[in-house]
Amino acid sequence: MDFLTVIQVLDSTVRLATPLLLACLAGLFSERAGIFDIGLEGKMLAAAFFSAAVAAVSGSVWLGLLAGIAASMVLSGLHGLASITFRGNQLISGVAINFLAAGLTVLIAQDWFSQGGRTPSLMGGARFAPITLPFADAVAKVPVIGPIYSELLSGHSVLVYIAFLAVPATWWILFRTRFGLRLRAVGENPAAVDTAGVSVVGLRFAAVAICGVLCGIAGAYLATALQAGFVKDMTAGRGFIALAALIFAKWRPWHALYACLLFGFLQAIALRYQNIDLGGIVIPVQAMDALPYILTVVILAGFVGKAIPPRAGGEPYVKER
Amino acid sequence: MSASSGPERHTSAAPAIELRGISKSFGPVQANKDISIRVMPGTIHGIIGENGAGKSTLMSILYGFYKADKGEIFIAGRKTEIPDSQAAIAAGIGMVFQHFKLVENFTVLENIVLGAEEGWLLRPSLAKARRSLLDLASEYGLNVDPDAVIEDLGVGMQQRVEILKALYRQADILILDEPTGVLTPSEADQLFRILDRLRAEGKTIVLITHKLREIMDITDTVSVMRRGEMTATVRTSETSPAELAELMVGRKVLLRVDKTPARPGATVLEIRGLHVSDEKGVERVKGIDLTVRAGEIVGIAGVAGNGQSELLELLGGMRGGKGAVLLNGAPLDLAGPHADGRGRRNRGIAHVPEDRQREGLIMDFHAWENVAFGYHHDPAYRSGVLMNNAALRADTDAKIEKFDIRPANGWQTARNFSGGNQQKIVVAREIERNPDLLLIGQPTRGVDIGAIEFIHKQIMALRDQGKAILLVSVELEEILSLSDRVAVMFDGHIMGERLPGETDEKELGLLMAGVSGQSDPLAAVN
Repeated sequence: MDFLTVIQVLDSTVRLATPLLLACLAGLFSERAGIFDIGLEGKMLAAAFFSAAVAAVSGSVWLGLLAGIAASMVLSGLHGLASITFRGNQLISGVAINFLAAGLTVLIAQDWFSQGGRTPSLMGGARFAPITLPFADAVAKVPVIGPIYSELLSGHSVLVYIAFLAVPATWWILFRTRFGLRLRAVGENPAAVDTAGVSVVGLRFAAVAICGVLCGIAGAYLATALQAGFVKDMTAGRGFIALAALIFAKWRPWHALYACLLFGFLQAIALRYQNIDLGGIVIPVQAMDALPYILTVVILAGFVGKAIPPRAGGEPYVKER
Repeated sequence: MSASSGPERHTSAAPAIELRGISKSFGPVQANKDISIRVMPGTIHGIIGENGAGKSTLMSILYGFYKADKGEIFIAGRKTEIPDSQAAIAAGIGMVFQHFKLVENFTVLENIVLGAEEGWLLRPSLAKARRSLLDLASEYGLNVDPDAVIEDLGVGMQQRVEILKALYRQADILILDEPTGVLTPSEADQLFRILDRLRAEGKTIVLITHKLREIMDITDTVSVMRRGEMTATVRTSETSPAELAELMVGRKVLLRVDKTPARPGATVLEIRGLHVSDEKGVERVKGIDLTVRAGEIVGIAGVAGNGQSELLELLGGMRGGKGAVLLNGAPLDLAGPHADGRGRRNRGIAHVPEDRQREGLIMDFHAWENVAFGYHHDPAYRSGVLMNNAALRADTDAKIEKFDIRPANGWQTARNFSGGNQQKIVVAREIERNPDLLLIGQPTRGVDIGAIEFIHKQIMALRDQGKAILLVSVELEEILSLSDRVAVMFDGHIMGERLPGETDEKELGLLMAGVSGQSDPLAAVN
């Protein structure tokens, strides 16, 4: 395996980690505020469809992105309504959102485009184009640094850079701002926030809204940057892998980045090496494709040691007497 | 602390708090009925009443947690609307809840700043809070490490953080709800010194409690609540514990348990070198020796979390351990298939667990179903392979009658009985089996005075029948009045045994805090 191959696999890792990272940070905001969200998958899927559909019709990928974010936020609002306002079960609400998104996207796609539940392929301005960083071509020939800069760091869509910048931003918001302090507090002990005179409902809705925005970007990235259009179930479990990464990262932003890069790397390996020949034994492509998911199961089975979720997570807040 | 100096001093000023005609209902339950009080500034005002008398509801209304159905609130003479906690804080009211409202994995500083930040950036707020904290610490003697994480602090310190939270928000009125429930006697004394100092600085304090001693010790005036109504407000210096108890319950109450000297018989329970670990593998009972004889009550005193619960759970078959436990001379299984509740019951051990709502009852089951738990294998409750529900219900009715369980309705779910009546159901179930050994944990936690009196009488009656009783309680008063012998647990060890007539709360309090006493007067006896 030569240097260029390594760079290519890592480049692919970055691309594949991006939607995971956005979804993972989305979940981080929500769960840090005490709202468990297994509906990341559904929100991404809805965002993927609406961003692709609007981009296809309008020809503008930015309009598509906005539509994707809007769709995701509607579902977020639904989750908030069910689990914050009406104090329903957060898992059930999340499952419902996943089913809703899986069914509705295909149904609406078929109704609007009649292409078997997909959107038309996106071209030109309807898709996020790669951004070439300054001097990328100039330094491409420089050994080692050249390929790293021009291949690995340069040439991604704007959403990739947004995703990676979201990591320090999330850390800063959580640990350096008043909002972050309150957000973390409301996920640990909402009664403390309530008696301090801060609205628990308001904080949780804010967290869920941020979750919606980030999921929306993640979904839009899938349909308008990573691929060129929406196909049925295109999130392929990424929402759940993001959740696994979140637990793996123990709800910490920087660790979320590392976890998502690991999962992205596994997906990149699976994509690149479809059949691995280990001198006689050929590992079939299906096994490689399953690898990220197998790791997810292993991680969720508690292989990573004790992960303590936010203490008030999953429980609706009811004032006690 | 002179009890009478406060109110006279400020008679001319407007009351710090005045409530006029406050009423509040939760569905059909009227928690507060037309309540009016006046609390003068710079005084400590006690509110006393049984569980469910409506004390906490009233204070929650004052703190904006609930909205009153009717009535007006005046703070410092001005009519004030308190729709939420924010408004209460703005009006200068701070509240220390019975269950602390702290974020456990935040630092002291973060908890104090939460909700009272200076701007949207955290660092300047934290820096300012750190400075104010130092000022407050020197002003009121409230020292606490600002960078300590809450879960690493003891309850006394956590309570201090709650008080600091209120002071940081410039509260002039401080409401404390059952503040000493979780404290050792010496921590409680410390708290009272702090309250004294706060009063001297002109703060107004409302103290909610069901402990008569605290009211008598520190308050200037006291209001008594019963069944949602304010039955009296009196000067503390002009009343007595007996009078207050009567006002609380509505009839004369025996504050002391009538106790004849014990006539201990043969050893029933003998514990030698017992070790018990909790579910995290932490050793909680670290090699104790203890005996309980027939016809005596051995009380185990200690601050919650020093191994008493684990000891009780092991003896009740809820937990395994290492060492030797003999019952009537024959060893008790500490592991294996018979080391469970059923095995223990077969051996003649009855168990009233510490937490009746989680371990003693199934809250959504009817009273008559709860009455049989642990004993449903009894042939008397069986007809063939089926349960004999008719027999169960008849048995329940008999127990309801004998233990005066109210309402006298076996079809009511456990949840809908008051704390005292829930406890009576559990006590009735266990005592009526006529056990050789009764394990009883926190028999009167969250139980009103009337029921406490009744339950204490039942325990004494069982002792006088010649049964052995092991009592675990964090209420020192209860331990002292019931026990024939007192063992104090601290950090998994028994610090010493005392005879209740030859010790006092102060000595026991020291043992509870891990300060071992002089010579052990019982060492020779055992």
